[in-house]
Amino acid sequence: MEFFERFAIPHPSIAIYASMVAAGLTMIAVIAGLTYFKKWGYLWREWITTVDHKRIGIMYLISALLMLFRGGVDAIMMRAQLAVPENKLLDAQHYNEIFTTHGVVMILFMAMPFIIFFMNFVVPLQIGARDVAFPRLNALSFWLFFMGAMLFNISFMVGGSPDAGWTSYFPLADGESVGSHYYMIAIQIAGIGTLMTGINFITTILKMRAPGMTLMKMPMFTWASLITSVIIVFAFPVLTVALAMGTMDLLFGTQFFTLDNGGMAMLWANLFWVWGHPEVYILILPAFGIYSEIISTFSRRNLYGYKSMVGSMVLISLLSFVVWAHHFFTMGQGAFANSIFSITTMAIAVPTGVKIFNWLLTLWKGKIEFTTPMLYSTLFIPLFTLGGVTGVMLAMSAADYQYHNTMFLVAHFHNVIIPGVVFAMLAGLTFYWPKMFGFMLNEKIGKWTAWLLSIGFLLAFMPMYVTGLDGQARRMYTYSESTGFGPLNMVSFIGAAIMAVGFVLIVYNIYYSVRYASRDISADPWDARTLEWATHTPVPEYNFAITPEVASSEALWDVKKKDHVLFKGDYEKIHMPNNSGVPFIMSCIFFAWGFSLVFSLWIPAIITTIGIFVCMTLRSFEKDHGHYISVKEIEDTESELRGA
Amino acid sequence: MSELFPLKQVMGFVFSLVLTAVALGVYYFDMSFAVGMTVLLVTAFLQAGLQLVVFMHAGETEDKGAIYTNVYYGVIIALVTVFGTLLALVWDMG
Repeated sequence: MEFFERFAIPHPSIAIYASMVAAGLTMIAVIAGLTYFKKWGYLWREWITTVDHKRIGIMYLISALLMLFRGGVDAIMMRAQLAVPENKLLDAQHYNEIFTTHGVVMILFMAMPFIIFFMNFVVPLQIGARDVAFPRLNALSFWLFFMGAMLFNISFMVGGSPDAGWTSYFPLADGESVGSHYYMIAIQIAGIGTLMTGINFITTILKMRAPGMTLMKMPMFTWASLITSVIIVFAFPVLTVALAMGTMDLLFGTQFFTLDNGGMAMLWANLFWVWGHPEVYILILPAFGIYSEIISTFSRRNLYGYKSMVGSMVLISLLSFVVWAHHFFTMGQGAFANSIFSITTMAIAVPTGVKIFNWLLTLWKGKIEFTTPMLYSTLFIPLFTLGGVTGVMLAMSAADYQYHNTMFLVAHFHNVIIPGVVFAMLAGLTFYWPKMFGFMLNEKIGKWTAWLLSIGFLLAFMPMYVTGLDGQARRMYTYSESTGFGPLNMVSFIGAAIMAVGFVLIVYNIYYSVRYASRDISADPWDARTLEWATHTPVPEYNFAITPEVASSEALWDVKKKDHVLFKGDYEKIHMPNNSGVPFIMSCIFFAWGFSLVFSLWIPAIITTIGIFVCMTLRSFEKDHGHYISVKEIEDTESELRGA
Repeated sequence: MSELFPLKQVMGFVFSLVLTAVALGVYYFDMSFAVGMTVLLVTAFLQAGLQLVVFMHAGETEDKGAIYTNVYYGVIIALVTVFGTLLALVWDMG
């Protein structure tokens, strides 16, 4: 029995036990359902072993939506706890665990897979490629991310959740429970997957564009994905190293981030933000790319200032690496260092402002059509600008001593992430939904959702600016009535509840549209401008029967308006990669490896380490030349899709 | 015959051995910390550059531009990170 005591949760509550029961029942239901409907083979052949970028993209999407609700429930619990003074809904320890989980889940396991979903699904189609450069690596990326996310998600039921904040600063993170072990190892596993995605997409975009598509003729979302991948490749190794050092501190007694023996706890904060700040731009740049596509599509005109859009993204990617110390202005460094990081931070507002003006000038004299994606995009511009302005306020290091660690900061970063990233994800989801599934989401419910989320967002986060300036600290689980924070926090809670209704409406919209939406739509239902709309819906395995030849940055629009011809020549046999189960199996071994390390189970840790290397060795000796799709098969598929 | 002899690679190999020997010298000869670190840093970066150009063929394909752009970008970011960290945590720490 002693062996199993380590898996007990140190700080149980009824909510956690209820979650355990719910998780257990869900697993039983899924297994029973798959068995009853005989779907195990289908699941294995079509999804688990797939290397198709579109299917991998959809799996990222499903994971991201699941994690959105996980993180959203955490958010609601936090707002409910703070809604009234001296509330007893959660105790301090649970509150700590919940805000930590909320932060990690929303950034790393919701926003990241959501943007990678768009990169996976859209980029190869947009550049006229058949798949990504390394399809099997792409599958491994997904499964590593997924297993990392799952390892993190079981922490609150097995052994105890991390509780030191999503930043997990040492020495606070050097605690008694295994929570911080989960943090270090789960994020490490998911991070390796993300790093490989970055490499994969740089190669894909640089090497696999359709003939005629020069760099300056790439659609804006592809540009954003390229810059994002570059930032990923340069930022994530820092996280990898920091997490490895942290893991060694926790498991093997090294002294990197300790307070004595030459260790330096501040180094963790430093390394974390060397990764953490570029990470912010990893999230926002693809979002900007999606807005660019949507705003140009529904203004019915080309994107204003294409070159300045590209230039500002390149500049943002460079500046994103020289601002990180603004996250710890109050850590003790002098005015000189702080001033430098202040100025670099404020400088980022310039290229960002260029982009905002470009969108406004795209709207200018456009024939604007307010579809749901466009509604999100137009709501994004003023709401995001508000967050940008408070960002410049926070960038002033002298003034930051007032804002630091208050709800003002919390309001600021939610103000950029929700209208910036989340709205983009929902806009893009609505925009690309018909391309993925062959029917459109309901516009009326979609617009209701957009408005509810915007109003809920304003109610939830504007009061925090005020209470933050009045001194309400972040991460405090309660406050006394005499502070006067009560009424505004109640407004915040109401806002959060309205947002929750918005997210439920998204689920209802999917349900409603699955049942009632027309399947009789064209491959280009939005009258869009770029290549991803030039192929059939549903997109065939090989994407394009004939590789398109491109002459402008809006290839499809010029087909419609200038009589460009995309597809020249006849069908030829198409070379495609084979499916493989190895990425899934290897990632399962990674999961077991991570779990063993979390609980310091050395023998399983050694066995699984060997297993990981065996998988890699097998791959090195495997001869896999892919397969060909014959001209006959292409003709059959094409005529069937055309007829439908 | 001379076209077939990989002169560049052989010279590169000899040079990388020399660099290794020089770096090893820091262990065997008595020198100050500053001098030792300088020798190590210089030989390390030369060694890395040599490996990249001669043995990993960085400049020998049509992707030369993209590869070198990535390398330079990486070097810039590494330098900024190292010196920014020194500035914030050591030089300007009160």
